[in-house]
Parts: sequence; C-alpha cells; structure tokens
Amino acid sequence: MFRRATTLLRRPLMGATSRRFSTDLPAAAVEDSSFVEAWKKVSPNVDPPKTPLAYMKPRPATPSSLPSKLTVNFVLPYASELSAKEVDMVIVPATTGQMGVLPGHVATIAELKPGVLSVHEGNDVTKYFVSSGFAFIHANSVADIIAVEAVPVDRIDANLVQKGLQDFTQKLNSATTDLEKAEAQIGVDVHSALNSALTG
Amino acid sequence: MASAGGAAPFWRAAGMTYITYSNICANLVRNCLKEPFKAEAISRERVHFSLSKWVDGKPEKPTIRSDPTEH
Repeated sequence: MFRRATTLLRRPLMGATSRRFSTDLPAAAVEDSSFVEAWKKVSPNVDPPKTPLAYMKPRPATPSSLPSKLTVNFVLPYASELSAKEVDMVIVPATTGQMGVLPGHVATIAELKPGVLSVHEGNDVTKYFVSSGFAFIHANSVADIIAVEAVPVDRIDANLVQKGLQDFTQKLNSATTDLEKAEAQIGVDVHSALNSALTG
Repeated sequence: MASAGGAAPFWRAAGMTYITYSNICANLVRNCLKEPFKAEAISRERVHFSLSKWVDGKPEKPTIRSDPTEH
C-alpha cells in the first residue's frame, strides 16, 4: 500500500519552481512534462494522452509596455455576457468600493458586492447590476469578472425594489436569531444597492 | 479586502457560507426584475430532482421535486 508513497512524496520536490500567483498565467501552452516522462517509461510506443492543460489556449503574455485596451471576460453560470471584449475601462463594485480598472492595472482579485458594473468603450457605457461574484484582473490586462446573476440596469423593476426594501427593513427590526438578522441585512443591502443603481 | 485576522463579514459571523450568501443575493435580484425577464430567470433556476429515502438497504418510493430555488 505504501509502495507509491516515495514517488508521491517526491513529486512536489521535482517541481522546484515556487508557486505562482493565481493571477499569473502561462504564456505558452503547457504540457505536464513529469506526466509525459512517466508515461514514456511505462509505454514508450504509445503516445501520451493529452491532459486538459494541453487543450487550454494560452493567455496572452504580459506585455512590456502598457496595452491600450482591457480585455474583459464577463461570465455568468448560464451565459457568457462578454467574451474577450476589448474595452477602455470597467468599473467593478468591489467590497472595498467602486474600483476602476484600466489597461495595465495591477493584478488584483476583488470580491464583488451587489452593485453596478459599468463597461466603458469609447463613448458607450453599458451598465449591469451584479448580485455578487469576483473580479480577477491579470497582469496582462485581461479581466475575468464572474457573477452569479447580472442584469442590465433597465430590467430592474423599481416598485419591487421599494417593496423589498421596506419588507427587509421591517424584518431586520423584528429579527431575533443571528441568522435571521444576517438574512435581513443581506436583503436590505441588496435592495439599497438596487435602488441606487436605478437612481444613480 | 478585510485586514488580516480582521472582523469577518456579518454573514460569515452569523454562520453563513459565501455560497449561501451569494445565492441569497442572486435570488433577491431575480425577484426584482421586470416581467418577462423575471419569469425567464425563475424558470431557468428551477431545479428538478427525485428524492428517495433508503430504509434497511432498500429505496422507498421516490418523491419528485421541482421547486423554484430555495436557500
């Protein structure tokens, strides 16, 4: 049972490269070389199967000078809203406040709060209300924004928002357990954000 | 982002996980949509599953559930 233990324990040392940040991306298509070597030892006549890593298209490398456009990938669980769209700027609703991302932004991972995401391309601004999610900005000016639910701001119904805000403010006042309070607080936060998205 | 070892967000302090928080936010946003979009969103997020309890190593009759999303 422990025969493979030595090989398994040796694997992390074989890598020897220090762990890269998740915001760094491989510039060229990577093949898992240790897997290929192990395969060739066992069956040298058969071609090694491709691993998922070999199918991934490499991300553009970090350019040495500031790129002029930001590439945005905005995805939802059920659809890809923007796929490799070249824009001038996006403003993401991070938990630390509205964050503007320009080409050449430092690599960042930001957790998003319910709020408005605006995509600026020339003179066009497209606004989406994002329920929550994450924004990964890579050093090569590619921004991956993932959200669970995002709608264009004109699809929000103001009456339902007002009603929801009143309901949840009431629930917050009458809440007893921590969990109820948290849920009511989330309701109040989301509806206030929806409200400011409609008015702002 | 929160300072190292700093206060957790209020939902984490109340025992909720991020994914529960995120799903609650998404449900609230979906409930505030204008009409055709709201119906589409709710039907899209409907889950159908069949649940059967096992007793003494045998499954009982399964119940089919198609609830709209609940927490």
